[in-house]
Amino acid sequence: MNVAKRTFDAVIVGAGGAGLRAALQLSEAGLRTAVLTKVFPTRSHTVAAQGGVAASLGNTTEDNWHWHMYDTVKGSDWLGDQDAIEFMCRKANEVVVELEHYGMPFDRTDNGKIYQRPFGGHSMNYGQAPVMRSCAAADRTGHAMLHALYQRNVRANTQFFVEWMAMDLIRNDDGDVLGVTAMEMETGEVSIFHAKATIFATGGAGRIYYSSTNAFINTGDGVGMAARAGIPLEDMEFWQFHPTGVAGAGVLITEGVRGEGGILRNDAGERFMERYAPNLKDLASRDVVSRSMVTEINEGRGCGPDKDHVLLDITHLSPENIMKRLPGIREISIQFAGIDPIKAPIPVVPTCHYQMGGIPTNYRGQVVVPKDGNPNSPVVGFYAAGECACASVHGANRLGTNSLLDLLVFGKSAGETVVDDFKSGNLMLKPLPETAADVSLARIARLESQKNGESVHEVRLAMQRTMQKHAGVFRFDNLLKEGVQRILEVAERAKSTEIKDKSQVWNTARTEALELDNLIEVAKATMISAEARKESRGAHVRDDAPDTAERPNGRDDQNWLKHTLWYTAGNRLEYKPVNLKPMSADVEPIALAKRTY
Amino acid sequence: MSKRTVQFKIYRYDPDKDQQPYMQDISVELEASDKKLLDALVRLKVVDDTLSFRRSCREGVCGSDAMNINGKNGLACLTDVDSLAQPIALRPLPGLPVIRDLIVDMTQFFKQYHSIKPYLINDEPAPERERLQTPEDREELNGLYECILCACCSTSCPSFWWNPDKFVGPAGLLAAYRFIADTRDQATSARLDNLEDPYRLFRCHTIMNCVDVCPKGLNPTRAIGKIKDLMVRRAI
Ligand SMILES: Cc1cc2nc3c(=O)[nH]c(=O)nc-3n(C[C@H](O)[C@H](O)[C@H](O)COP(=O)(O)OP(=O)(O)OC[C@H]3O[C@@H](n4cnc5c(N)ncnc54)[C@H](O)[C@@H]3O)c2cc1C
Ligand code: SF4
Ligand code: SF4
Ligand code: FES
Repeated sequence: MNVAKRTFDAVIVGAGGAGLRAALQLSEAGLRTAVLTKVFPTRSHTVAAQGGVAASLGNTTEDNWHWHMYDTVKGSDWLGDQDAIEFMCRKANEVVVELEHYGMPFDRTDNGKIYQRPFGGHSMNYGQAPVMRSCAAADRTGHAMLHALYQRNVRANTQFFVEWMAMDLIRNDDGDVLGVTAMEMETGEVSIFHAKATIFATGGAGRIYYSSTNAFINTGDGVGMAARAGIPLEDMEFWQFHPTGVAGAGVLITEGVRGEGGILRNDAGERFMERYAPNLKDLASRDVVSRSMVTEINEGRGCGPDKDHVLLDITHLSPENIMKRLPGIREISIQFAGIDPIKAPIPVVPTCHYQMGGIPTNYRGQVVVPKDGNPNSPVVGFYAAGECACASVHGANRLGTNSLLDLLVFGKSAGETVVDDFKSGNLMLKPLPETAADVSLARIARLESQKNGESVHEVRLAMQRTMQKHAGVFRFDNLLKEGVQRILEVAERAKSTEIKDKSQVWNTARTEALELDNLIEVAKATMISAEARKESRGAHVRDDAPDTAERPNGRDDQNWLKHTLWYTAGNRLEYKPVNLKPMSADVEPIALAKRTY
Repeated sequence: MSKRTVQFKIYRYDPDKDQQPYMQDISVELEASDKKLLDALVRLKVVDDTLSFRRSCREGVCGSDAMNINGKNGLACLTDVDSLAQPIALRPLPGLPVIRDLIVDMTQFFKQYHSIKPYLINDEPAPERERLQTPEDREELNGLYECILCACCSTSCPSFWWNPDKFVGPAGLLAAYRFIADTRDQATSARLDNLEDPYRLFRCHTIMNCVDVCPKGLNPTRAIGKIKDLMVRRAI
């Protein structure tokens, strides 16, 4: 097959919040940049974010970045790197105000400032009481943000390749990254995008689970591409289950609902979170709330005929307030639960939501891997930001509203680093290996000729069910061990999937088959990393690591205060230290402590 | 709802192998959990993986899966499959070139959106903090900023069918008014100039198809009316 080559200063894969924020930095600096995206930019899943973006603006209640940093480190169960967390929390006001200047239609306070609401795990004065830190545009914050960022990119004349799917990362013998191969969906043609810098901003992979708040397109492509190209994946055992997905549908109900006063109730109508988190109650951190809900359900206090969910109640809020602050939620509830939340509570269950781990980066957005004794050696030409990356600011559990912030801060930072590296002449266009497109062409050729294989649907379903059963909200040693075997079997099956559609034009069966390869990498990384981590921390809670006096919450800092690195080759695991030191010398580290809310 | 079989009539066209588009009769058994039309299409695709359509969020916010459903434009993911008369007739959005099956070429639609300069224009040096805006002024943007660019409206508008290259269409005009209505935007007069033309704005004959189909309940006609008012007011 003939492979066209296109050359740019930089190629960005992904046009969600992170990709668009990075693109802006490059376009405004005049770099020749190509932004590749599977879907039109405003269709990226950032559009679905509801609740808000964190920044200690202090518009309504007193606030400062030190408190935000404390909450984030504690939320991460001390697995987050404190330099990156300091960087993010200090930058928050700047990037959110910038967004306002770009035209983002934030809600307003009476004195005209950006409206802020409380959110889970965000507190005043080091855990004392909820703080109003989440900057919101009704319950459509992600939509407002993604459109504002896209619009700003239109102004900056950013060059988009819409409905182009990146397939594989191109590296040379030194391991430097030289760009990607990509397929134009409309024609089925494969091209090489050759560039001095490659930024991945491909979002999450929530579709490895059966029940997820994620879009169909959230298939972990960047993470899968990186893994296949030999980059290790960091902390993939940590997945966030959001407490409030609509039971049966998976569609998200934002935590902002509880921020506005919503209450979780069991079958007796009891506000059960008072028992689990006496201070923050329904606004405790997400992992805590999800586990409390599953405990209620497992102990027979669930609601409905099958006692398989709990209720999210806002019937005590005024209809005016619901219409004003939560109009999208009301629509979703009517559409997907058949319930008007003004009149009756919404049935909810914990649902897979967010990937804390990803491609390892530092706070400058450079992808880092162990090399010559340095656990964090930058890969030349390779950068990543957003949900596909692991900076790591979310550690073992992300706080709500910290992801949209992560997109802005690290999207911008990755962009700035590329611009700096470009200007200082550190980046060069290196010669492409002859074989640059071979892997991608072979993957396509296999799909053209495969006979007697299983359908993509069957194998994907097997993967999703395995993940759901073996690596869910609570984890069990025997289920994890069995899960590793199961997922490796499914991975074998994925190698011989068969599609009936052989057209070159908009072949969505082929796209889904290619996506499955990426999902499988993510699923393997998750199961294998989870089986190996013999402690409970944040979102990873095991039956054989219970809460004891010696190991509060089952956390084992002595042996497990470290980041996992999983390599696809041989499913090898390595570990690297957590950075417990903030970025600035004059900032006190947040000392290890037991996590309670 | 329990298991049931649903009949479809679907527009099919693969330029790689079909001389002509045709309507395919096909039925599929739905699971109890399949509630939306999109669930049914995903189920159909298990049976026939050659059926092509766009989809992503499955919750009505990304704007991917707009199509013509029993003669009316809408989002598959927000349409209850059991509310539809059978056989359910599915066609690509009208008035745009079909690439394959239910997938249309949206270039012209986005060109019009881009033509109204869909970004905030304010050349004053940015203040250190946010620009202030009263809650009342912010409220003016409600019903405008929520657009998901699905194109249900523009592709149901006869004026857009006849002049897709000249008439901005309801989605683009809604976006134009979104910026005009924003107290932070300073380019109202340039924006009006940009639309002062026999086609760009004035091809709208208030047929209201756009309002009727918008899955987000937005009202482009009202926004268009407001722009027309501003034109008249500045003329006198
Ligand atoms: C329902 C929901 C609500 C949420 N609410 C909040 C909230 O209120 N606050 C908060 O902080 N966080 C929230 N989150 C989390 C947050 O929204 C996401 O983590 C974040 O938006 C991810 O952004 P991203 O830019 O990394 O990726 P995405 O927005 O997912 O974008 C990924 C981009 O990569 C492109 N892409 C992927 N693969 C390829 C490929 N192979 N080739 C080419 N392009 C590709 C896609 O086309 C897309 O443009 C929410 C998440 C969900 C699911
Ligand atoms: S009201 Fe105007 S824009 Fe809307 S459908 Fe009619 S002609 Fe088109
Ligand atoms: S106005 Fe409504 S119908 Fe038109 S593009 Fe926007 S959301 Fe879709
Ligand atoms: S799939 Fe996103 S709007 Fe229907």
